[in-house]
Amino acid sequence: MSTILQHPRHLCALGGQQSVVAIPRAIPILHAGPGCGFKLHTGLGSYNGFQGGCYSGGASLVGSNVGEKEIVFGGEQRLRDVIDGALKVMDGDLYVVLSGCATDLVGDDTENVVAQYRRQGAPIVYAATGGFRGSNLQGHETIVNSIVNQFLTPQEKIPGLVNVWSTVPYYDPFWAGNLTAIQNLLAGLGLRANLLFGPDSDGIDSWCRVPAAELNLVVSSWTGLSTAQLLNERFGTPWLHWPTLPIGAIETSRFLRAVAEAAQVDGQVTQIFLERQEKRYHYYFERAADFFLEFRWDLPSHYVTVTDAFYGSGISRLLSGELGLLPLRHFVSDQPPIEQYQAIQQQFAVLSPELNAPVTFTADGDQIASELRKHPKSSPLILGSAWERDIAAELDGCHLSVTSPMMDRLAANGSYFGYDGALRLIEDIYGMILTAVQ
Amino acid sequence: MSVEQQIRQPFTANPVRANRGTGVQIRERRLGSITGFVGTAGELVQIARAGELAERERSFTQAGTCSSFCATLQLSLIQDAVVINHAPAGCAGDFPMFNLYNRYGQGKRKLTRQNARLLTTNLNEQDTIFGATHKLAEAIHKAYRTFQPKAIFVTASCTSGIIGEDLESVIEEAEQELGIPIASVNCEGFRSQVWATGWDAAYNSILRKIVRPPHQKLPETINIITFIGEDYFSELLQPIGLKPNLVVPFTGVEQLERLSEAGATAHMCSTLGTFLAAGLEREYGVPEIKSPPPYGLASTDRWLREVATLTGKSAHVEPFIAAERAAIAAQLEIFRKRFAGRKAFVAAGPSHGHSSMEVLQNLGFDLVGSCIFHHDARLDHGDPAGDSLQAATQHTPGLSYGVCNKQAFELVNLLRRLQPDLVIVRHPSLALSVAKLGIPAVFVDDEHIALGYRGLIRYACKLTNWLANPALERTLARTTKLPYTDWWLNQPPFSMLGEPR
Amino acid sequence: MSATVGQPRQFCTLGGQQSVVAIERAIPIVHGGPGCSGKIFGGMSFFNGFQGSGYAGGNAVPGTNSCEKDIVFGGEQRLREVIDGTLKVMDGDLFVVLTGCTADLVGDDTATVVSEYRERGVPIVHASTGGFKGYNHLGHELVVKAIIEQLLVPAKAINPTLVNVWSVIPYQDTFWAGNLNAIRELLEGIGFEVNILFGHDSGGVAAWKRIPEAALNLVLSPWVGLSIAEKLQERFNTPYLHYPVLPIGAVETTRFLRTVAEFAQLPFQPVEDFIVKKEGHFYHFLDRAADFFMEMRWDLPGRFINISDSIYALGISRFLVNELSLHPAQQVVTDEPPEEHREDIRRHFAELKETVSAEVIFSNDSDTISRQLRKKGYDLPPLIIGSSWDRDLAREMGGFHLSIAMPVMDRLVLDRGYVGYEGGLRLIEDIYGSVLGTY
Repeated sequence: MSTILQHPRHLCALGGQQSVVAIPRAIPILHAGPGCGFKLHTGLGSYNGFQGGCYSGGASLVGSNVGEKEIVFGGEQRLRDVIDGALKVMDGDLYVVLSGCATDLVGDDTENVVAQYRRQGAPIVYAATGGFRGSNLQGHETIVNSIVNQFLTPQEKIPGLVNVWSTVPYYDPFWAGNLTAIQNLLAGLGLRANLLFGPDSDGIDSWCRVPAAELNLVVSSWTGLSTAQLLNERFGTPWLHWPTLPIGAIETSRFLRAVAEAAQVDGQVTQIFLERQEKRYHYYFERAADFFLEFRWDLPSHYVTVTDAFYGSGISRLLSGELGLLPLRHFVSDQPPIEQYQAIQQQFAVLSPELNAPVTFTADGDQIASELRKHPKSSPLILGSAWERDIAAELDGCHLSVTSPMMDRLAANGSYFGYDGALRLIEDIYGMILTAVQ
Repeated sequence: MSVEQQIRQPFTANPVRANRGTGVQIRERRLGSITGFVGTAGELVQIARAGELAERERSFTQAGTCSSFCATLQLSLIQDAVVINHAPAGCAGDFPMFNLYNRYGQGKRKLTRQNARLLTTNLNEQDTIFGATHKLAEAIHKAYRTFQPKAIFVTASCTSGIIGEDLESVIEEAEQELGIPIASVNCEGFRSQVWATGWDAAYNSILRKIVRPPHQKLPETINIITFIGEDYFSELLQPIGLKPNLVVPFTGVEQLERLSEAGATAHMCSTLGTFLAAGLEREYGVPEIKSPPPYGLASTDRWLREVATLTGKSAHVEPFIAAERAAIAAQLEIFRKRFAGRKAFVAAGPSHGHSSMEVLQNLGFDLVGSCIFHHDARLDHGDPAGDSLQAATQHTPGLSYGVCNKQAFELVNLLRRLQPDLVIVRHPSLALSVAKLGIPAVFVDDEHIALGYRGLIRYACKLTNWLANPALERTLARTTKLPYTDWWLNQPPFSMLGEPR
Repeated sequence: MSATVGQPRQFCTLGGQQSVVAIERAIPIVHGGPGCSGKIFGGMSFFNGFQGSGYAGGNAVPGTNSCEKDIVFGGEQRLREVIDGTLKVMDGDLFVVLTGCTADLVGDDTATVVSEYRERGVPIVHASTGGFKGYNHLGHELVVKAIIEQLLVPAKAINPTLVNVWSVIPYQDTFWAGNLNAIRELLEGIGFEVNILFGHDSGGVAAWKRIPEAALNLVLSPWVGLSIAEKLQERFNTPYLHYPVLPIGAVETTRFLRTVAEFAQLPFQPVEDFIVKKEGHFYHFLDRAADFFMEMRWDLPGRFINISDSIYALGISRFLVNELSLHPAQQVVTDEPPEEHREDIRRHFAELKETVSAEVIFSNDSDTISRQLRKKGYDLPPLIIGSSWDRDLAREMGGFHLSIAMPVMDRLVLDRGYVGYEGGLRLIEDIYGSVLGTY
């Protein structure tokens, strides 16, 4: 369903380019118009937590910059020139060719051009990511599945190895910190995380290892499910799907127990690890309790989430499940497949039916603002993107940016995942409120 | 026709138009612009003058920037208009950037901080097959309902262009219904490799649909076509009895309607404003200041003199020039000594890049080269007096000069060899590539900072800070790797550039 | 101690109470007036990052609440009552009696009272912390020395990889919990067993009893803790290393780890492997943030000013200069270091980097500080890293502000810390988050 979007929260399928940038030493090659790469870098990277170009993104992005000539006469030769150049000029381990709107619309056979290079032994794959095909989340999935289909071969299983498929790199400004958090938590259970993105990934080696994993862990609302299914078909690997962001002790322990069971981790090991983590968490939680209790009068009692499904449900479970806040409205802005709607609504239903808040699926800023204006005296705490600052001010509420586009914060390796992530989120929310009122 | 009758005329009915069609011609055709050249500044000036400027294409390229970005940058900052991008959602990737520019600029100008008014029609696969004009119509009505704007701009995209969306008929019907000007902006990305075409497309829409014949003339008001910099133009113009009207960002539609009333139009960057200024002169008799913009001593003198002549302020200008030059002389000398022998390089667009070159030379830097993002063989007014490259390099025609539409791989290769002490960068995301070589890269934020006489000192202070402690650049050089093969780094920097067409 | 102070940035010697609260299952007992403990809790703990009561802090602190009778007739009997009650009511492993102004002024012999209990085998010590004696960092040192002198005995054997850490002051440093965690992880990472002594999972009184076993005392601060290390050397012959700069970010943390490793003669390779891994992670994110530093179009801070204690002012200055290419303006050190340490502190600021030095003012009075800072002009908005008192000053100077130093009234702090590789990234996020938040 593609409606008009005021103040959009996601971009197009070619935005998957950022997922390639996120793989260490992978080189994206755009077969698209001259502006696409830069716009997507700006929207998913720069002005979304000020995530920079790193190795092969930003100004280093390779692109065919197709012009009128390629539109009229076709761009395959241009693409060949650019791939030839990229293989010589760009020092990479994996090259991923991505088609844009223009070249997909005029029917360039990018797939075949790329296949020819692959047959000659180049580590190169192709993904059909013409922008109109869908959102950048879908583009991410397309790219991941293309690498799986075009690049991976069966491997002998490695005990304890778990592939981690989580949030979409760059789109989620905290993606890198989240992956580190997952890696550390799995290590606590004696498992070895195989990370495919980010600075703790081994790049192409991690990808080649994918078929060797004993388990695929899909920690996201819906992206990654098709990948897990594909890997099951091709390599027989089972998967565990955990659709809500585990934040805080209740959810993180629940998550880790499920992982431990799926990965057949010894019960004792799990118990010891969880107890230690929970104890530490509760030390800080207790420390914050004075504050919560004594400021309750003035702090917002109701909150609104305007995020993707994964973050929204996770945040709700922390705020309602551990901090006693009440949900006012939920907006899910990452355009999940319609068949997931019911499951997602369930994930938000943390409290009793009278206390739960309605979940609206929309990425349109206008609709979101109109809906929120129906609660004029609510002064809510709004957790969303930076676009929500105006409506928060209008409703005399508070606002923290936690999701794309995040134009008002710098994200390094911060994360809201897990036990520590909850402490970080609590600090950030109440720090923001305290600063605003002084 | 009375003034009232003029006001009530339908918005499309402006019979005096530079372009009969609705769209603007791309720069490659209109101005003979190119994106590939290597040689010296003097050679390029000669070849362009002789009408022999030919494009050189690259086989390998890195992603550029498109007209859509440039067009939207200008239009999204008009405070009471709305921009609708008729495109899939990815083309809206630059919306957050524009929003930040918007809120920041509002804060600086003491306007209420609020989000920029930006929509996308979010085209999907079905739309590309069946067309999406109905979506555009819906979006226009939605924009009107939500914001009650004074104008709406509909920016085209690669997709809308390729599938042949008929923007004009949707727009015509909506205009009749809503009674506000709605303009299409022909900034489809693939149309031009010279992203500056986007500014022309945006200004073309403003000329076609917004600017009105003047009700009065304001001879002491000078339109300044610019980006979002601080108003340092007042420093230059007020002392001689003139007032700057900075456009287009942070204006309102009414202010733009009255562009025709000004005494003259001047540029912060003649590459930016060429189409608009020429249009205002042709259609409304507003004379264009053709001298290169006032950066650097010689160019500031020349510019001020032309402004004064055109506006009848010649009596004031010479004493002003003398006083300003005297006021900065001592400090300028200190800076010249400080920077003597330091090597500088400029990576920026034309005109403003040339201005930077002149400023750096005034400050005593040794300019070792430039990579400029495109070259216009001429400007819309066609007068060679506007040749900013010639003005900046009249004493240094042998200056090494390259033209590239970014292409970090060339820049990195070249800078590794040149090892300048400073690189001035004027496009987002390039500074990192420079810094990873350990070379101080200054991304010039406020494009007005070096303006005029006092601007030289302001700029010099900023450079002093930047050059004093390049710990970040040194750290990046030590701890990061550039993504280029050793093979490439050993090739001549422009070896991917083809022969002139 | 200085003259009148406006908008205080430290509290009195009784602030040592918070150091007791920070020891696991330790119970402070305040022999002083009825308001002292609560005020200290308010200023050092609650309205300083909203650090909560903890185990036995806040309203749980036993106290004599001395009244007129105790002043006139002496409060020793009262103290005995309260200690008796505490031992029955409060479940603790260590009891620390702290005296307030009243008890010290009227000359109660608290030491003798407490030693009676100690002779009977109660794990109880006494520190004379009458508020007029000095600032809370003195209180911290007095509490620590009291435990050392009154409770610890020489070790039977020295543990060659055990190190005691004397660094940030609990609660005074709003981020002490996260910082101490980070220090522990760093030192464990290169092969030490770490006795961190304060905070969650620090071992309580059992850990304190191991202090004499350590092969090394590490004083990780410009001057607070030096007298503790000297005392330990005197009593137990433990050598100490003084590393005066709090390590924030990769440059300083790597230098710190190598220095400690060399002093303790640790095997070379594991240390280097650890450093390489940590640096790789840190520099990945510095690289990622570099586009922002290079290109941020608007008024990024030109110069920075720290208005905080010596440990943060110096540590943060080193970090900003060496990693982010920022420039120091004047630095303000607010913890009133003793004269004998000021020369060294000035020298550290003069040597932030080969080519970069900063002037330092010692003052803890807001009026003096703001007058001094306003004397200078700033061509770009300055970044002020200070306490919440300094927000208005930052606004008046057209600058940016981040609260890090006590009192931090505008942030909720849990386990966030700024020490180490991670800490450097956190500081980058927080500084630029506060800049961006103003748009």
